[in-house]
Amino acid sequence: MSDLDQHVTNSEYVTVSVGGQLFGLPIGRVQDVFMLNQMTCVPLAPDDIAGIINLRGRIITAIDLRRRLGMPGGEREPSMAVGIECAGESYGLIIDAVGEVLKLGAETAEPVPVNLDDQLKRVSSGVHRLETGLLVILDIDQLLDLKMTEMAA
Amino acid sequence: MDELLRDFLTETHESLDTVDVELVRFEQEPNNAEILANIFRLVHTIKGTCGFLGLPRLAALAHAAESLMGKFRDGMPVTETAVSLILSTLDRIKEILDALEKQQSEPDGTDADLIERLDTMSQTVAAGSPPAQTHGSLAYQVLERPLKPGEASLDELERAFRETPGPATPRPAKSEPKSEPLPESKVANHSIRVSVDTLEHLMTMVSELVLTRNQLMELSRHQTETEFKVPLQRLSHVTAELQEGVMKTRMQPIGNAWQKLPRLVRDLSSELGKQIELEMLGAETELDRQVLDIIKDPLTHMVRNSADHGIETAAERRARGKPERATIRLTARHEGGHIIVEVSDDGRGLDTAKIAAKALASGLATEADLDKMSDTQIQRFIFAAGMSTADTITNISGRGVGMDVVQKNIDQIGGIIDVKSVPGHGAAFTIKIPLTLAIVSALIVEAAGERFAMPQVAVMELVRVRPGHEHRIERIKNTPILRLRNKLLPLIHLRKLLRLGDADDREPESGFVVVTQIGQESFGIVVDRVFHTEEIVVKPMASKLRHIQAFSGNTILGDGAVIMILDPNGIAASFGSVRAAGLGIEAISEDEKAISTRDKTSLLIFRAGSSAQRAVPLSLVTRLEEVDVRSIEVAGDRYLLQYRGHLMPLIRPGDCVRLKEKGSQPLLVFSDGERSMALMVDEIVDIVEEDFDIEVADERPGILGSAIVKGEATDIIDIGHYLPIAFADWFGGRHGRTHEKTQRHLLLVDDSAFFRNMLLPVLQAAGFRVTAAANGFEARDLIRSGKVFDIVVTDLDMPGMDGLALAKAVRADRDIPVIALSSMTTPEMIERVRRAGFNDFVAKFDRQGLIAAIKEQADAATSQAA
Repeated sequence: MSDLDQHVTNSEYVTVSVGGQLFGLPIGRVQDVFMLNQMTCVPLAPDDIAGIINLRGRIITAIDLRRRLGMPGGEREPSMAVGIECAGESYGLIIDAVGEVLKLGAETAEPVPVNLDDQLKRVSSGVHRLETGLLVILDIDQLLDLKMTEMAA
Repeated sequence: MDELLRDFLTETHESLDTVDVELVRFEQEPNNAEILANIFRLVHTIKGTCGFLGLPRLAALAHAAESLMGKFRDGMPVTETAVSLILSTLDRIKEILDALEKQQSEPDGTDADLIERLDTMSQTVAAGSPPAQTHGSLAYQVLERPLKPGEASLDELERAFRETPGPATPRPAKSEPKSEPLPESKVANHSIRVSVDTLEHLMTMVSELVLTRNQLMELSRHQTETEFKVPLQRLSHVTAELQEGVMKTRMQPIGNAWQKLPRLVRDLSSELGKQIELEMLGAETELDRQVLDIIKDPLTHMVRNSADHGIETAAERRARGKPERATIRLTARHEGGHIIVEVSDDGRGLDTAKIAAKALASGLATEADLDKMSDTQIQRFIFAAGMSTADTITNISGRGVGMDVVQKNIDQIGGIIDVKSVPGHGAAFTIKIPLTLAIVSALIVEAAGERFAMPQVAVMELVRVRPGHEHRIERIKNTPILRLRNKLLPLIHLRKLLRLGDADDREPESGFVVVTQIGQESFGIVVDRVFHTEEIVVKPMASKLRHIQAFSGNTILGDGAVIMILDPNGIAASFGSVRAAGLGIEAISEDEKAISTRDKTSLLIFRAGSSAQRAVPLSLVTRLEEVDVRSIEVAGDRYLLQYRGHLMPLIRPGDCVRLKEKGSQPLLVFSDGERSMALMVDEIVDIVEEDFDIEVADERPGILGSAIVKGEATDIIDIGHYLPIAFADWFGGRHGRTHEKTQRHLLLVDDSAFFRNMLLPVLQAAGFRVTAAANGFEARDLIRSGKVFDIVVTDLDMPGMDGLALAKAVRADRDIPVIALSSMTTPEMIERVRRAGFNDFVAKFDRQGLIAAIKEQADAATSQAA
């Protein structure tokens, strides 16, 4: 359970909800949360890339987390995104809503359930039992891995 | 690495490159004392610095080479063996330098072999003078000797050395009383070395600033009177100037990328047993160093290819009646925001049959495909991977990494490469590359509600298409096609290519066709709307999107929106597959197109002052602009516009053209070099390509004549009339025009495209058929190709082969009257021109005089013939 131990030690998470599920993003990786206003779609792009956005003069790639994670939910106007950086590039992860920041310890941590669907299992690094439900911790590097994106697309 | 050592390495590398070039020159001109002095000085500097830094191997080598060159200076005959020996010494020095760069110390080893040969050579002829004392490996002994009176520059070096923590006590090497001061002391006074990273960072920041400025300007456009207006204007100008300044720091002459070529060609010549001369024109043409870096290898590769595959052996050349000495010519020039680099040779040309066979063998095309292709299309296969037509794989080229790599590099910077080849006469590769990668001019288009930027470089023209009109989209089994000037232009809808909109959406029948040319292939991209042209700052695509061929990058527009930049090369690629899958319609035949563009003129049709159509050759127009009327300033009876950091005069073509009271004012902008002027027009109607005859040579000022364009009588505007109104000295000190005539065939030679285009209609209006050539070589080749010209009108001052040389070349071949054009009309000049065998001499801005002179010569020729 070394994976688990690792994220237990630095354990503040920004919680976001995507398709009705609660996810946790390590707070150290989250740069900001912003509202989407003008997004440009990129023709011929992989399905889970929603488009590109001008964020204060920088062009960032917007990833539709719902599609990326295979979460249910009908079409809706994307409105909110979490800004993160990975390998020198900036991304916006489109989410449904942002929740509070939680400090979580080992006592609630669980490994990823073996029966979780592959798409989600690949990008999760653990689960926390919360009173309100289960919080799935996302591994951002896995989430943005190019090869994974292609496979998913 | 030690700062001092790094500087030494950089500088020595530069010096060695120069020495390479100079030595090759020296071998050809052994009596040129100036070249020798230059080489001597550079080698001496290297030697001095090496001794000083405690680099015994380098110092010894440089010293031995210097001694031999000293003998040359004293009158020893320059032999090829001796030059080769010095060149190999330089190679050894480079090897040691490379090792030094990696290990920070000289590698072990001995150079006794070379030094001995060098010494032997200098002694064989060194009758009296004993060789200068050897040090070389004795550099440490040098340290023990008492200090000789050194030169100021050496002292400076010494001080620099003392201030730097170094390994040894500084000691200048043996100083030569004759030697000139070391270059660094001179250079240090007005230049400093700045790391490339610093410049890159600066450029990035400036690009950001430009974007922000654009955004601010866009915002302020929506506000009427705000106090921000004036400071914003200032900010805008400062930004423009800053941008220009930073760009300048990144500019380097293309000659830097050519430096190694003379040596390369020399080595290849002896290796292959061919006699090859390398001509380099326009080495001073500047371009962004990032671009320079990328084209360096492709150029080297192409020159190598020419020498290896293109040029025949001396025996073969003799058998074909060509001079034994072959020429590879490299030219570079600016052309409208781009650099055109050409590598041409007078060798055997591309072997189309062999290329076709190879393409077939490597499965790039089927026999049926090849049958349908023209020679030019087949020749383009050389840009495909794995094509090398050399019979034998030599160690020079033909290793399978070939033109495909070249094309990839060129593609990478949004450039375009093309090849022209005449069997038996040689091949020419033309590369069109942007001046800089950071900022490009792009046309903003829209398809299915999404905007895209199309780099201006690829846009040949815009055609409006509507059902039922002259230009309409026609279909053969669903494949859209446009009839354009009696040719079929394959079309693709951008929305279909990019899979925009709903799948069952019908392709719209009206919109705009962006006519694009990649190499010799033309095709049209159908878009719904066309907006303006905008200077955009290219930002690289995110890594996750980079695989999409259709885009080359993205950018933020002035209104803050992010848009994708279309990649014409990528579109051409996907288009090719669409075409192959569809109908296989041949694009407009390249050969025919080449001819038709020569004889046809693209005209921009507009209205100004009346409902009558007016036209101006499109090639003269630099840009079309629409500006807010309120931004136009009135000074007396002159109209001015703040434009790209300068005040640009706006000219009304005729008194009845009035400034509108509000709204936007369409402008035709004409630029030449730094100067711009604009014509105020009421409406821009269309762009047509017409084989037009000017019917009435008009007496009205500012009008060249009338022509029937699209079935309507159209006044052709004489821009030459308006330019001096804007700038009295527009014609001063500029050169270059070409003329042709309709009955009499004129060859107009001028290096300035602007004046060529200016004179073309003037001369056509005077009743001549005109062919234009951009330089002396082109003109000479045209005449040699057997085209019949009645008169040659040439600019005197041109790069490469100037007017005088051209006149000589023309006269050597046949008796054609040659008229000189020059902006300098001093008596000496006239005398020189007469002696060179010109029939007449006309001042450049004297159009009436020119026409009179041409008529006179033409009549004289006719009466002679009769």
